Amino acid sequence: MSAPRLYGLMAEFENPSDLVAATRQARAAGYVHLDAYTPYPLEALAEALDIHDRRLPALVLGGGILGGLFGYALCYWTSVIAYPLNIGGKPFHSAPAFIVPTFEMTILFAAFAAVLGMLGLNGLPMPYHPVFNTPRFAMASRDRFFLCIEARDPKFDHDETWAFLTKLGPRVVMDVEE
Amino acid sequence: MTDGTTRETASGRVGPPSGTILAPGYTFTTITDKLASIALSRRTPKAWFFGAAVGFVLTMTLLAAITWLLFRGIGIWGVNQPVGWGFEIVNFVWWIGIGHAGTLISAILLLLRQPWRNSINRFAEAMTIFAVACAAIYPTFHTGRPWLDYWLIPYPNTMGMWPNFRSPLIWDVFAVSTYATVSLLFWFVGMIPDLATLRDRAQKMWAKVVYGMLAMGWRGSARHWQRYETASLLLAGLATPLVVSVHTVVSFDFAAGIVPGWHATIFPPYFVAGAIYAGFAMVLTLAIPLRKMYSLGDFITAKHLDNMAKILLATGLIVGYGYVVEAFMAFYSGNPFERYMIWNRIGGPYRHMYWALLFCNLLTPQLLWFRRARRSTATLFVVAMIVNVGMWLERYVIVVVSLSRDFVPSSWGLYRATIFDWATFIGSIGLFLALMFLFLRLLPMISIFEMRQILPEAKVAEEEA
Repeated sequence: MSAPRLYGLMAEFENPSDLVAATRQARAAGYVHLDAYTPYPLEALAEALDIHDRRLPALVLGGGILGGLFGYALCYWTSVIAYPLNIGGKPFHSAPAFIVPTFEMTILFAAFAAVLGMLGLNGLPMPYHPVFNTPRFAMASRDRFFLCIEARDPKFDHDETWAFLTKLGPRVVMDVEE
Repeated sequence: MTDGTTRETASGRVGPPSGTILAPGYTFTTITDKLASIALSRRTPKAWFFGAAVGFVLTMTLLAAITWLLFRGIGIWGVNQPVGWGFEIVNFVWWIGIGHAGTLISAILLLLRQPWRNSINRFAEAMTIFAVACAAIYPTFHTGRPWLDYWLIPYPNTMGMWPNFRSPLIWDVFAVSTYATVSLLFWFVGMIPDLATLRDRAQKMWAKVVYGMLAMGWRGSARHWQRYETASLLLAGLATPLVVSVHTVVSFDFAAGIVPGWHATIFPPYFVAGAIYAGFAMVLTLAIPLRKMYSLGDFITAKHLDNMAKILLATGLIVGYGYVVEAFMAFYSGNPFERYMIWNRIGGPYRHMYWALLFCNLLTPQLLWFRRARRSTATLFVVAMIVNVGMWLERYVIVVVSLSRDFVPSSWGLYRATIFDWATFIGSIGLFLALMFLFLRLLPMISIFEMRQILPEAKVAEEEA
């Protein structure tokens, strides 16, 4: 009879300020594998956790450039190479007329890059995640703020971390099972 | 984080305490429960059944009209020579225009850090998507053989044929389909955190499963939120030029032609302003009954209605400027055909339309200079309705009146809508209503997580370590 493996310890807070303060202290105490869960985006938290992910804007830029090249290439190849038609004596390569499809493809590709990039980098869709094993976690999408120190953290020790989290003044500290 | 100030601080900078855009006394808990219960509760307001029934019946009318169209061809409509574009193009432009306000609210006001948009952006975006869906019906069936519409899309085919990229009509295909896709993405991404809330709050098994699948396992992690916020801002930045481009391209359908009344350089900006004008009128038309039906006065406050009325007035003035420039250029150009076009509008067979248009779009919104008119929901609703009609008339005047009398009097002719034109038009309003009411019942119509952001308790108390 093996006990379920532990994913980490979760502390529940009542307001954003407590969570941000707790996160700062946990980082100061040397914990690195931790995450916070909030019902709305909290900029101060991203700072406290030192999240600096610049990949998404780069992806979107790449998507936009790719889309623009694709849009223009499509117009050019169609109108000049594959199916040259003389329409009212206009040149086959009518650059001004190609602006609109090029622009629309730029936006379309960049938007897909933004959405798929955001989901992909976030690892969504994710049907299962250990944090949901905590019944109280349903309130993370309502009115509560959670800090989770993960078991893979080198500094993690069940009793010691538990005591540390309790010191931060949470409502409850809970085990999160894998 | 370096990409700008937070939305929380932005709401502080914009000035008025959030009390004016949100009734005081709400907490994370109460705001979540109240907004989530609209989609989750068993109790549905009686007005919902009424609205949904009207929408359903009219949608059936649309289906009947389109079925008959597929049997008989577009000859059942009033279009003929010389007026080959009738109600269908009028309605197409009208619906697409209505969609623009949704994107303006969700994207442009997000970039401008206007927190008051948080309570109206979701249903305005839904309005955009449904309006674009209604708009798409018209060109689709106007082609006459809608089963061959995929020929509009460039794809390698055995006929060896490709679309002509020098035609504004193919630009329209690209602009409208991109707009529909990006709006849908933006709308869905905006809903993910709220779908997670519904997943966590749902009692019934099927609701948990369906909302759970749609929420894709969203758990509100700080790392996720950071990318989510970046993605939202980038999408807003992409949607802003997009929304301006869409009605610009729609106006090219006309402006690139040589028909007097179409061939004008003022068209792109004038169409974009008209689109926003029409769209805000429709947002008000929806918001005023909605806040009554679901008693949402705490979230969609007098301040919101006031702001929207001001935008309505401002864009209405731009549209009015467009009318003046159109008339001025007709005379200033010295072109007899252009000049006749204006005389024809003022005194020709369709003069009632033109004068009604001026009354609806130019005169009526002047009421909104008065605070009392902006604060009275009844007045606002009536003004918005009149503007809805006015914007439809504007497109009618541009499309039909211009075509009916062009250069050679021997080729003049009048257009008369048939019962099928009317059935398709009213039916599309029904489809719009039906989709809107389904959305209200099943999805969070006010962005819950963005409402939490404007609560006073959402701010982090700064105690610098």
